[in-house]
Amino acid sequence: MEVISDFFQAIPYDQILIQTLNGIVTGMILALIASGLTLIFGIMDVVNFAHGELFMLGAYIGVVVLATSGSFWLALVLATLVVAIIGAALQITTLRPLIGRDPLTTILATFGLSLVLQNYALWQFGPVARKIQEPITGQFTLFYLEYPWYRVLIAGLSAAIIGAFWLFLKYGTYGIWIRATTQDRVMAQAMGIPVPWVHTAAFAIGAGMAAASGVLFAPLVGVNHSMGIDWVLKAFIVVVVGGMGNLGGSIAASIFISLLEAYASIWVSPAQAVIVSFVVLILTLLFRPTGLFVPTPK
Amino acid sequence: MRFGGLMALDHVNFEIQRGEIRAIIGPNGAGKSTFFNCLTGVLRPSEGRILFNGENITGFPPNRISQEGIARSYQITNILPNATTLENVRIAAQSRRHGWSMLAHHSAYHDLIGKARAVLESVGLRSKANELAANLSHGEQRNLEIGIALATEPELLCLDEPTAGMSAAETHDTMALVRGISKNLTILIVEHDMKVVMELAHRITVFHYGRVLAEGTPAEIQQNPRVQEVYLKT
Amino acid sequence: MTASATAKVPLVEVEDIHTFYGKSHILHGVSLQVGRGEVVGLLGRNGVGKSTTLKTIMGLVNPSRGRVRFEGSATTGLPAHRLARIGIAYVPEDRRIFRLLTVMENLRTGLDRRGVSEARKQELLDKVFAYFPRLAERRNQAGGTLSGGEQQMLAIARAMMLEPKIILLDEPTEGLMPRMVSQIREIIEVLHREGVAILLVEQNVPLTLETSQRVYIMEKGVVRHQCAASELRVNDAVIHQYLGV
Repeated sequence: MEVISDFFQAIPYDQILIQTLNGIVTGMILALIASGLTLIFGIMDVVNFAHGELFMLGAYIGVVVLATSGSFWLALVLATLVVAIIGAALQITTLRPLIGRDPLTTILATFGLSLVLQNYALWQFGPVARKIQEPITGQFTLFYLEYPWYRVLIAGLSAAIIGAFWLFLKYGTYGIWIRATTQDRVMAQAMGIPVPWVHTAAFAIGAGMAAASGVLFAPLVGVNHSMGIDWVLKAFIVVVVGGMGNLGGSIAASIFISLLEAYASIWVSPAQAVIVSFVVLILTLLFRPTGLFVPTPK
Repeated sequence: MRFGGLMALDHVNFEIQRGEIRAIIGPNGAGKSTFFNCLTGVLRPSEGRILFNGENITGFPPNRISQEGIARSYQITNILPNATTLENVRIAAQSRRHGWSMLAHHSAYHDLIGKARAVLESVGLRSKANELAANLSHGEQRNLEIGIALATEPELLCLDEPTAGMSAAETHDTMALVRGISKNLTILIVEHDMKVVMELAHRITVFHYGRVLAEGTPAEIQQNPRVQEVYLKT
Repeated sequence: MTASATAKVPLVEVEDIHTFYGKSHILHGVSLQVGRGEVVGLLGRNGVGKSTTLKTIMGLVNPSRGRVRFEGSATTGLPAHRLARIGIAYVPEDRRIFRLLTVMENLRTGLDRRGVSEARKQELLDKVFAYFPRLAERRNQAGGTLSGGEQQMLAIARAMMLEPKIILLDEPTEGLMPRMVSQIREIIEVLHREGVAILLVEQNVPLTLETSQRVYIMEKGVVRHQCAASELRVNDAVIHQYLGV
């Protein structure tokens, strides 16, 4: 009897609660990044290795706008717009000419872009990490614990952005264009949908979403040129586990994996907790390669 | 042959005699390719057996089917583009040799090369022996496909739409080619080109919605009212 | 051009096109014409290049030689989405409706164009739902849940949303039961009455001869025969030669 009550007493309830919240927050940011990635892959079969750098660029632009204007919200909006435009320009110049070629060429192109962007940031901003001040400070009390408001804000805003995007896809005129192009590029063209521009717009939207996550996440860590690398790796894992091209799947997978990692970090160091994502990835590829959250293919 | 809920082949009974040239015709989706794929080991039939020379070969993988003596050409040209025409055929001929010698240079296999040249002659590509296969015209590539299949010394040669994408002139040449090689072979052809079918085949089998609709000589098939209906969709 | 001159220019003109799929030389110099408001049949066995001809007109495949003209201007090499906007609609052989979009959303892909008022959009929708009541019933269902015949109706309705001057119809009756085949015949007649031209690729010879004004017959990548539909009977020698067994 004592063993059982000892066991229950040993469970760190407060840590589990905190980590649940952390997991959800990280999960929502990851979901925002992964949504853009899966949109780009789903619509034009491009594996965007530069996605983490778009995240990083967003954070840096946020730093710059915040420094000049003092407004976090302005930084968020401007960074999203600017990176969306940059994304569109990149797609038009480097990816459009590669349509119809071996998929390996687009992988190389986006990988090359990521190197260029990282080194540009290093050159432009230097190796020292920048800091962004959170727009809302302070914590709220949950039971007997304190949890930062800002983190809750991140989760809420990310969810709002993803929600808005989902509504746009479902009900907007151009949302239908994106969905039609994703399903059947050729017939979309035959219906008068200007597919090359839909591709550009989708890339821009994905880039904008990555940038927004960058600005939102920046106050929690330092902004530096290599901050995108870890995130893009996790985002790819999420996209595969969630089912490539499956928006709902990536969101579910983001939260799932982030929660698992957060719980794991109660007992092991965060660096080791990352192993969890890889284990989930390997298991998914072995047993349900089309995605954990995708109905079993017949 | 059942794919999920779809009966691609429905109780198909089929016999072909040695030395025959048989054509398989039928509308799109009638099951011709599925039938070919079952015969050549690409698909395993859900039910039923395939007997070759009295031996049960149902479910054998394609490489084993080739060893048994059934060769196949494909609808989408399947040659090695970066090898020469001669090499394409030689590699196929080599599959009949069971020994492995890692140390002998490939040019030591004189008899194999001789055989490959003979095959090239029979498909009219002798003059292109040292040409890269990628540089051949479409018609020549299709004939090379037939040559590759021939080089494996088959007893049964399965040709999948050999004249697809060919002009009338190239079709005529291929027909002559097939007639020329048919002497010691049994040949099964899937075709849409009726001229080829009527002139080459000894017998014709008509597939429709996964079943055999009719079988007979070209004259019989031409006069068969059901076949006419299916083809003219009355 | 004067009004009478435009009336004489054929709506669609295909001049000596050669089209390849990789190395496969599918079209060996196809030439044909479709006049304004005409229903033209394109007959021939499988594999002769009928679908490829339609795809070339629609800009989904580029010919290596030859020209395609629409209303007198060259359109060869223009992307398909431009052609859809100037008045060419395409209904492919396997229908290819957007399976994950609802019936309504499928129609909207053609309906949401610039320069079309909301009132006109509603008119078009009402018209198409009147012709295809089954589609009206299923308007919020995903395209993939429709039966084969209903998907064919949807594919044609979707093309009609573009208000095209010509519809390229590829084997609309394939795989349909006789009752649906009659419905297709009716739809072709309705479209013809409204002045929409149709280039109809079909294996169904009686249907084609009944609905077309002229027919072309293809063999091995070229047009071998053309005449008025009234000059041919189903059991004509020409039909047997190029389509029969």
